[in-house]
Amino acid sequence: MILTQNLGKRFGDFQAVEAVNLRIEAGEVLALLGPNGAGKTTTVRMLTSLLAPSSGWARVADFDTVRQASQVRASVGVLTENHGLYNRMPAGEYLDFFGQIYHQSAAVRKQRLRQLLEDFGLLPYIRRPIGEFSKGMRQKLALARALLHNPPVLLLDEPTSAMDPESARLVRDAIRTLRSEERTIVICTHNLAEAEELADQIAIIRRGQIIAQGSPQALKARMLGPEEYEIQLALHLNGSLPDLPEAVQITASGTNWLRYRAHSPAEANPLVIQALVRQGLPVITLQAAPRSLEQVYLQAINAASPVEATHVG
Amino acid sequence: MLGSWRTSLRMALVVTRREARDQFRDWRIIFPVVVLTLVFPALMNFTARQAMNFVQKYNAPLVGERMIPFLLMVVGFFPISVSLVIALESFVGEKERHSIEPLLCSPLTDGQLYFGKLTAAMLPPLIAGYLGILVYLISVYVQIGWSPPLLLLVQILLLTTIQAILMVSGAVVVSSQTTSVRAANLLASFIIIPMSFLIQGESIVMFWGQYNVLWWAIIGQVIIASLLIRTGVAYFNREEMLGRELDTIRLGWAWRQVRSAFIGQAHSMIQWYRREVLAAIWSVRIPIVISALCLGIAYLAGASLAPQFRLPSDIVSFDKISQGFIEGLQAARFYSSSGILVIWLQNIRAVLIAAVLGIFSFGVLGMLVLMLPLALIGYVAANVSLAGHSALTFLAALVLPHGLVEIPTMILAGAAILNLGATFTAPAEGKTIGEAWLHALAKWAKIMLGVVIPLFFIAALVEVFITPQVAVWLLGK
Repeated sequence: MILTQNLGKRFGDFQAVEAVNLRIEAGEVLALLGPNGAGKTTTVRMLTSLLAPSSGWARVADFDTVRQASQVRASVGVLTENHGLYNRMPAGEYLDFFGQIYHQSAAVRKQRLRQLLEDFGLLPYIRRPIGEFSKGMRQKLALARALLHNPPVLLLDEPTSAMDPESARLVRDAIRTLRSEERTIVICTHNLAEAEELADQIAIIRRGQIIAQGSPQALKARMLGPEEYEIQLALHLNGSLPDLPEAVQITASGTNWLRYRAHSPAEANPLVIQALVRQGLPVITLQAAPRSLEQVYLQAINAASPVEATHVG
Repeated sequence: MLGSWRTSLRMALVVTRREARDQFRDWRIIFPVVVLTLVFPALMNFTARQAMNFVQKYNAPLVGERMIPFLLMVVGFFPISVSLVIALESFVGEKERHSIEPLLCSPLTDGQLYFGKLTAAMLPPLIAGYLGILVYLISVYVQIGWSPPLLLLVQILLLTTIQAILMVSGAVVVSSQTTSVRAANLLASFIIIPMSFLIQGESIVMFWGQYNVLWWAIIGQVIIASLLIRTGVAYFNREEMLGRELDTIRLGWAWRQVRSAFIGQAHSMIQWYRREVLAAIWSVRIPIVISALCLGIAYLAGASLAPQFRLPSDIVSFDKISQGFIEGLQAARFYSSSGILVIWLQNIRAVLIAAVLGIFSFGVLGMLVLMLPLALIGYVAANVSLAGHSALTFLAALVLPHGLVEIPTMILAGAAILNLGATFTAPAEGKTIGEAWLHALAKWAKIMLGVVIPLFFIAALVEVFITPQVAVWLLGK
């Protein structure tokens, strides 16, 4: 697991990260979102024991990131923002080199690198210099490197950027599998749909501070208000809105649809359907209106003053 | 303990192997190494033969005899010059391409990574250098039957090795201060220029034929390489490498750092002296001891040269100290406030020059500048003694009156310079190299402004008004 307490980093006069508190259990995925320069990379570097915190502390895989830096790095698989591959080196040799660094025996290295290359569809290219790889192939190879030593904690920076949809799907499936293997995973990404799809927790960071944190659903409820529902009607509304129960607030409407907000949908929704049918407006569908993480993100980031750091369960 | 050393070595060699293999895949490295290993020694052999024939025509065989060992040194040096480029590429190139990040995320220690890379940058060019020497020796032996004395061969091999270490360890220090190969190449002139001076100096020694002097060159380079390695180890760390994103000059920030360290917690001049200046002096107590030892050694070294290079006895005679002596001094602006100013400014200028030189040489050159006057005093005192006079009387008359103030001040100034220069070599806990250096600069300024400059003024005052009187009193007739 990953645990941080008031984690902060200062470079000279610049406060890059301030008072970050995270708790990510084994088998959980946290998506760290934020604009460029918000402090995501610095946070990840502190979690990897690459940078010592200026304030606070962090424990990763039960090791202190300052006092047990070597153990932390041995327990973490990192996909860096820049893949950092050696262009003249063949893919197999590259993974073998990292296997040696992680003290793997020759037999384990051979088996493990072949397995990973096969999983990511790179086995046919085992002897090809990395410089000849496409962006997506490089991304997959970098991910294979991060997984090479079977780390219990994974810190992945933009794991599917530059990948074609099929490869991105492959990687997302891999992340789900890794989560099911009780690994702790942190993803830094600008792909909000991906974050929503994969993450159990979202943390939005701005100017070094976590400004919103919680599960995607809880964040939506907290920042966008109660859930909205959309009804498709069999007939046109003809410009007038129907009478609906008092507990319901209409937020938008069209020629044959309307959207409303209900605090207690279990009670309100049947009453809404009854009211519409009574008024001669047959209902075709009723569904929760889609609310994207993007709305949450933009609202948090664009808030004039930082939204109080909220941990929403 | 042994196991951990073995593991560290194994891990460093894993890095070395990868880097060396990578170098052998790059024709831009291989081509010059092969040319310098195989073609260049043959060319040197040809040059040696031509030179021998030419100088023999003019009955100057000595030039030819000295040229052959000189070329032996050159053929060893040329391939290792490539190591500088490889080191810059290996350290800062990887940083620029971000390929170092996965390595930094791995359990490799900073030391394993540093020594792995250092060895990788050094080993292939060094092997090429040895091969070049071998090719040259074989061809010279076949052509003219010359083989070097064993001791000279050992010296050349040691020189070649230590020069490679020197360049690579210097390149690491340069790399630690930059984030791009372009910037590193610009800063590499700090290595290339001193190296070219070094090679010129060694060339003079080779033509001079005093090969024993080469041992001093080897020892000197071993010391500098050790300091550079220490500096490299101190600053080749994750925090320093990843904390530095851009090579920007932040003058405002630097000024604030120096100013706050200079003023410290003091609210008045008295507080500043009590808290800051005294603390600064206490913190350089070890450099004070080293500085005092250096000045003592300088005195002894100067004295040891006297029997070899004796001054004419009339120059060191006490007979000249008479009323005319005082008049002469008056003409030289002694006994006047302008004389005080001249001596005071001269001393300040000397310590400033020493400080500037010290910054670029870990304090070594700065210390040498301060040692020179003491060497001179020792030399003259020994000559006085050889002329049959008392050296103690000479010192008591002409040196000690102002020297009692000036010499301890020089020791303190030397200590501050050593501390400033050594900042690069000592790990500064929780500080970047820049922060640590700016704090050392503030400490140097505290000692200079608070103690050295005022004491130099007192010493100048004594030298102008009191020393001549004491000299006349003790030595005059």
